[in-house]
Amino acid sequence: MEIAIKTVSLTKRFGDLTAVDHISFEVRRGEIFGFLGPNGAGKTTTIRMLVGLTVPTEGTAIIDGYDIRSEILEVKRRVGVVPEASNLYDELSVEDNLLFIAGLYHVPRLKREERVRELLKSFNLWDRKDTKFGKLSKGLKRRLTIAASMVHYPRIIFLDEPTTGLDVMSARSLRLLLKDLRETGVTIFLTTHYIEEADQLCDRIAVIVKGRIVTIDTPENMKSMVQDIPVIEALFDSPINKSMIKDFGILEEAWIEGNRIRIFAGEVTEVLEALVNFATTYKLKIVGVNTVKPGLEEAFVKLTGLKPEIMRLEKERGGR
Amino acid sequence: MIREELEGIWHIILKDLRAYYFKPPNISWGILFPLVLALAFTLRKPSGLSDLAPGLVAMAALFGTTSMEAIVITFEKRVGALERLMLAPISLEAILIGKILGGSIFGLMISSVMTVISVAFLGVSVKYPFLFAVSLLLTVLTLSALGSLVAVSVREVFEAQTLSNYFRFPMIFLCGVFIPVESMPIPLQWLAYALPLTYSVNALRQTFTGSLQYADLAFNLTALTIFLLIFMATAARLLRKYLE
Repeated sequence: MEIAIKTVSLTKRFGDLTAVDHISFEVRRGEIFGFLGPNGAGKTTTIRMLVGLTVPTEGTAIIDGYDIRSEILEVKRRVGVVPEASNLYDELSVEDNLLFIAGLYHVPRLKREERVRELLKSFNLWDRKDTKFGKLSKGLKRRLTIAASMVHYPRIIFLDEPTTGLDVMSARSLRLLLKDLRETGVTIFLTTHYIEEADQLCDRIAVIVKGRIVTIDTPENMKSMVQDIPVIEALFDSPINKSMIKDFGILEEAWIEGNRIRIFAGEVTEVLEALVNFATTYKLKIVGVNTVKPGLEEAFVKLTGLKPEIMRLEKERGGR
Repeated sequence: MIREELEGIWHIILKDLRAYYFKPPNISWGILFPLVLALAFTLRKPSGLSDLAPGLVAMAALFGTTSMEAIVITFEKRVGALERLMLAPISLEAILIGKILGGSIFGLMISSVMTVISVAFLGVSVKYPFLFAVSLLLTVLTLSALGSLVAVSVREVFEAQTLSNYFRFPMIFLCGVFIPVESMPIPLQWLAYALPLTYSVNALRQTFTGSLQYADLAFNLTALTIFLLIFMATAARLLRKYLE
């Protein structure tokens, strides 16, 4: 299997803070590789090192055969980057933005217009080609930013939180777009804090927490790690919060979403007893209790010890 | 490799001119600013401006380059658009040169308007047009490089303006337009010779009004070139630090 990206003990320190801590991983050619983790985990810093926007403190990476430390211009020629913020030029039109980026990436002059036309059509932006970037909706800006990252036919595309801040429809159409891209043989490296996005899109996922990689595997393998552990989900008649569960032993491990509580149930009886005690203490009515098939979210909890609330909070901050 | 760097520089210049400099408000400012400056000095000294004209051209170049360029680079840094350039397969130096040349073209436009006003309405003539053009070109390049240095040193647009003023106002008063440098107290003379505008005014004055001494002109142009290289190297170093 051909390797598109290989990092070797890649590290970034900002003063006393180690943002990325000796991470080593490989991304295979043609796969969608996800970097999943909460805010501050080191996802963006890793991408910034890989694309030459920040210099590693230690270690290195080989991208498409070129070392990011000594051959960064060669790396830049071969990769497309979609930053978290859509940072094209507000004052230029959709078409002019792409023509500018094409020129900057040395697309031959005769091919430039043809390539831009092709991208505008395939990204459904042809009708907006004369609209200024600043006047586009968030979703269209994101779309154009992705189109701009592909103008020089890159072999690898890096996307930093590609769907953050997008509405559900735009996020869905973007995911479809990424799947289509993969079909063309492009390697996609994306960071996300949306567990379900990583699940739907990625061939393999690296879970990163506090600058260290916790695990790298396919979503299916991750899910199978927790498949034998039942998850109990209880629904109460009114919302609950974290502080309410702190004196209820086993429930402290639970994660909460509104009036719903979920917990790995190694000992089902023990969990059910704790739930009844909890409901009695707070005079809550248990509306329903189910066992849930563990998914990637549950695998994430098991692997990282983090509650998915931390990711949901970021999702809300992201505007969805 | 060099061809790709040049191509990158060219596209950055074109983009900056279209996206920022050649916007109607900036063009009108570029025409009005020298007009108002010339009018203000004419009202102050109606008898003739031939001795002040080189200084007015230098001042137009100073404001034309530093004011807009500091805003453009700081703004792009703020919204992440400068990073977009840094993602491209061109060197940081090429990006910086593209930015400096964009600012220089705008500065050249404003100082050319001032030159035309001086020649057409103030009764001044350019005695050595070629040497004047070389001096003006070196002036706008050096001052534009100063603008880029200011811009990469700060985070916010207002900081860029404030920091620019720390350089601009001492330069205006010490460059020898209002008081000859030789008649200033010695410490102020040292300060005047530590500022690039003094050499610009000297070079422009010689080529403008005809009191040309080749050795003196060469000295002034060399000093401007040294300033240009120092500003560019320092700005590139600061920009590189941004990646650390």
